[in-house]
Amino acid sequence: MTAATVEKPKRLTVHWGRWLPAYGVYVALAALVLVNAVITDNFLAWENLRIQLVQVAPVVIVALGMAVVIGTEGVDLSVGAVMALAAAVVPIYLGYGAVPAVAMALLGGVVVGLVNGGLIAGVGLQPIVATLALLVAGRGIALVISDGKLKEIRNADLVAFGNGELLGLPYSVWLAGALTVLVALLVRKTVFGRQLVAVGGNRPAAQLAGLPVRRVLIGVYVLSAVLASIAGVLAVARIQSSDASQVGQLYELSAITAVVVGGTPLTGGKVRVLGTVAGALLMQLVVATLIKHDLRSSIAEMVQAVIIVAAVYAARERGTR
Amino acid sequence: MKLSVEGVQKHGALAVLALVTLVGLLAFPGFRTVDNAGTLLVNAAPLGLIALGMTFVILTGGIDLSVGSVFVLGGVVAAWASQYGFVAALVVPLLVGAAVGLVNGVLVARTNMAPFIVTLATLLGARGLMRAVSTEGSTTYLVESQPFKTLGNGDLLGVKWPVWIAAVLFVAGSVVLNRTGFGQAVYAVGGNTDAARLMGVPVAATQIRVYALSGLLAGFAGALNAARLGSGVTVLGIGTELDAIAAVVIGGTLLTGGAGALSGTIAGVLLLGVIQNLINQVGDVPTAYQQVVSGAFLAVVVVAQTSLTRLRSVAPV
Repeated sequence: MTAATVEKPKRLTVHWGRWLPAYGVYVALAALVLVNAVITDNFLAWENLRIQLVQVAPVVIVALGMAVVIGTEGVDLSVGAVMALAAAVVPIYLGYGAVPAVAMALLGGVVVGLVNGGLIAGVGLQPIVATLALLVAGRGIALVISDGKLKEIRNADLVAFGNGELLGLPYSVWLAGALTVLVALLVRKTVFGRQLVAVGGNRPAAQLAGLPVRRVLIGVYVLSAVLASIAGVLAVARIQSSDASQVGQLYELSAITAVVVGGTPLTGGKVRVLGTVAGALLMQLVVATLIKHDLRSSIAEMVQAVIIVAAVYAARERGTR
Repeated sequence: MKLSVEGVQKHGALAVLALVTLVGLLAFPGFRTVDNAGTLLVNAAPLGLIALGMTFVILTGGIDLSVGSVFVLGGVVAAWASQYGFVAALVVPLLVGAAVGLVNGVLVARTNMAPFIVTLATLLGARGLMRAVSTEGSTTYLVESQPFKTLGNGDLLGVKWPVWIAAVLFVAGSVVLNRTGFGQAVYAVGGNTDAARLMGVPVAATQIRVYALSGLLAGFAGALNAARLGSGVTVLGIGTELDAIAAVVIGGTLLTGGAGALSGTIAGVLLLGVIQNLINQVGDVPTAYQQVVSGAFLAVVVVAQTSLTRLRSVAPV
């Protein structure tokens, strides 16, 4: 059935194949917003949009790092565990104030990123295996550090960071926006950005061209882990408690989904930063829409599965060309 | 040459298993009881079945992330179906698992999408399905069929049925892998897909079959687990796919496909089981340490394997 429909309009397929992965996610997002504006009560109300943005902010932050990693033809399964690790570290150093605590959490991210990058670039492990080891061990370490207990966060600065607002938008949303701009600039305007795309596009060629492949790979995994740590700190600050067994659970899947739906190919060599943000928003709004219309979350999960397959199927045309 | 690399990797996992077991036997009186050995084996059986299917998938160069969800789904539908008798409780989860696997296989083989992302989607889909049939995970179906419960808890010659079943399926799997055309096709597709296609190996059919097999075995593992627990527990299974992948990789099967063996997978599954058991023996250790040790083990084994492979094979992979 699919073979017949794909065969016939050959020229059109090529055209769509180029266009769909790049802009499909924006069209889908716009369509979803339009449909919702008509069928969902209070969808465009500021209060609703604000909630959606707050919920999507940590996913966006983690997905930014994931997009960069996937751009090098890698994947980082450890991001959820890194969030848990950051969440576990924060309460320990909170006695010294919010800034040292956050700094230590980010430092933990740097260490995990170095281990990931070292295993991948130095030892030559496949990214999926190396980061899988960190996924398993990372949450374990987080649970060991936190003694498996939920800890309440009472530090005023940190709570303000998680719940405060600027011009009507929570800090977390501003932070996600600022990080998006930074990562977009990093990918498009810096030497590092060029290099990481080159490494993802053709690693042997990048090596032969004299690019510092190992350093680029290590840098990419450190970036991903640091962004995940930021998301972990944000989660702790927002809910005002730290539970290493819950924070970041299954975030690796949400992040990969956002990246892939946003049109970044899993084969590397291309990073769509804004597409990733749109992908995260799309998945968030899809779930929110379904739940608003009293469809159960289990149905929402199945719909997400279909969207992922559809997005990758659309992106695939480009890859095979 | 490829065979010798494979041999080293296979025996490496077995050697580590022997070493860890020996340490356990010497250090922990509680570890060297027959009861404990039985518990260890029966706990390892479901993961063994899942890892068996995963080995086939990984040998073709693919990966199946959906097995954890299918495992739970299998358990829930088995418990639900047990009200219609033993046969239903056994057949329904097998059909459901095979159906999910078939979707994976067709999408991977026919649309050229990455297995990683296809099975990630079906992970979500199968979990959604599981929660849809269990009222968002809040309904726990009890196993109604007594013979089905016996399948999970009864024993033959002192060894529980799930262990027998896993053992028999591993032997059957080895025969299929080493003595049949399908088994050779699995290795050929994983070794070099393009070459396999040019040689006339049915690449798509082989891929569809391994994913269907993986789904089928994950469903079966879920059914056996439900039979043993007496209910379709909905909160299990998060990360089971990762345990299975870890077991396969520790067992020396290369994630790039084409090289590996089921004997290594058994060693990998048992190694994870023994580690867990030993940590329980130590007693007052939080389960979190178990994750730390398992993760560290995975890293050490894979690093060792990669170094070995590099030493042995000059050609870059």
